[in-house]
Amino acid sequence: MSNKFEIAGISWWKWTCILMLFYSLIQGLLIPVPRLPILHETIRNLFFHVTMWFSMIIMMIASLVYAIRYLGSNKLDLDIKSEQCAYAGIFLGILGLITGSIWAKNTWGAWWVNDAKLNGAAATMLVYLAYMILRGSLDDEHKRARLSAVYSIFAFTLMLVFIMILPRLTDSLHPGNGGNPAFSSYDLDNRMRTVFYPAVIGWTLLAAWITEIRVRMKRLSIQNEN
Amino acid sequence: MIRQVQFLILKEIRLEWKQKYAFQELLLYVVSTVFVCYLSFKQIIDLPTWNALFWIIQLFAGVNAVAKSFMQESRGRMLYYYTLANSRSLILAKTIYSLLLMLVLSACNLFFYSLFIGNPVQDFPMFFLAVFLGSSGFASVLSMVSAIASKAGNNSTLMSILSFPILIPLLMTTIRFSKNAMDGLAWSVSWQYIIILTALNALVFALAYLLFPYLWRD
Repeated sequence: MSNKFEIAGISWWKWTCILMLFYSLIQGLLIPVPRLPILHETIRNLFFHVTMWFSMIIMMIASLVYAIRYLGSNKLDLDIKSEQCAYAGIFLGILGLITGSIWAKNTWGAWWVNDAKLNGAAATMLVYLAYMILRGSLDDEHKRARLSAVYSIFAFTLMLVFIMILPRLTDSLHPGNGGNPAFSSYDLDNRMRTVFYPAVIGWTLLAAWITEIRVRMKRLSIQNEN
Repeated sequence: MIRQVQFLILKEIRLEWKQKYAFQELLLYVVSTVFVCYLSFKQIIDLPTWNALFWIIQLFAGVNAVAKSFMQESRGRMLYYYTLANSRSLILAKTIYSLLLMLVLSACNLFFYSLFIGNPVQDFPMFFLAVFLGSSGFASVLSMVSAIASKAGNNSTLMSILSFPILIPLLMTTIRFSKNAMDGLAWSVSWQYIIILTALNALVFALAYLLFPYLWRD
């Protein structure tokens, strides 16, 4: 990440992050949205909840790529990046769970319903919490890096199957399944896209920002130890 | 390589035969779990509950059985394997052996479960296929997780928390498939489950086969 274009000591992509997030927060509440049955105004949650999940998946894929690269090269720095990307992903995942839960309480009348998509999300969080515990239980750096890389590749691939394929087999309450209105059904509404994609970029950059700071902290604490 | 795998599987079976108590322990675990369920439930009329309980017992028996596959190996013995065999033959042998173990345990589970709680299954061949596909998926996931957990200090709780979330997709598909078998639905309805389970098994196995060499070198 180059720091060539800086304004007030903050590099350009961090400014982009700030701008995108504020834009999506404000515009997400202001722009007119299509009136769909069941959803009505709560469709605005698309700008917050769905974008967080998108960014979470992007962070998890980044973590996976670093894990694969670690196994290929044995550089501990890649392991630190993989770990911190996963942590940022968990952070976004928790935010996504909270926003989704509040939405579900108001739309479906329950904080949690038994649904393939929701269960997939919960299982993904369980996998990453287990990943954190696995990392915590190992002392040797190289061993920890290797085992957690193997586990995250193994687990994440199965989770992708769980999130992407299984919900398509069953009917689901979740918007976008079983005839429930969702993003794809108002493809023509380009106004919503003008908020949706900036929000995805904003959250992803925010997660990258958090990751960058934590990676630097980790590197310093390792330097301190040596 | 096939000879190596054969040899390693035979070694596992001989070892199991020598320490019979370990195997008896697992059988007794299954029987007593079934008995506890019988006493708590008395009688199960609801079909989905029968099915779910059967698979939960399978899950716990599987985790307990396969957890040992790498945990029982001492460091010295692992080094000895390292000099003798290819790492991929080892994971292949461990997975096949775990599958055999799982199948014996499933048979035992099914027998006692039917004896105590009753057996409403209508299409037996399909149910057996579900048990076979489910067990083979369990066997490959659990062998791999057991290898990870054994490197992380032989902790059986770790084994459970690492394996449960990744077993969920397999478990959900198997439960739906075996529910179809219980209801005696036509095979044409269940084809998609057979395909998905086979694909999941292939995926899990391919991942284990590719990733195991990285786990092994110390």
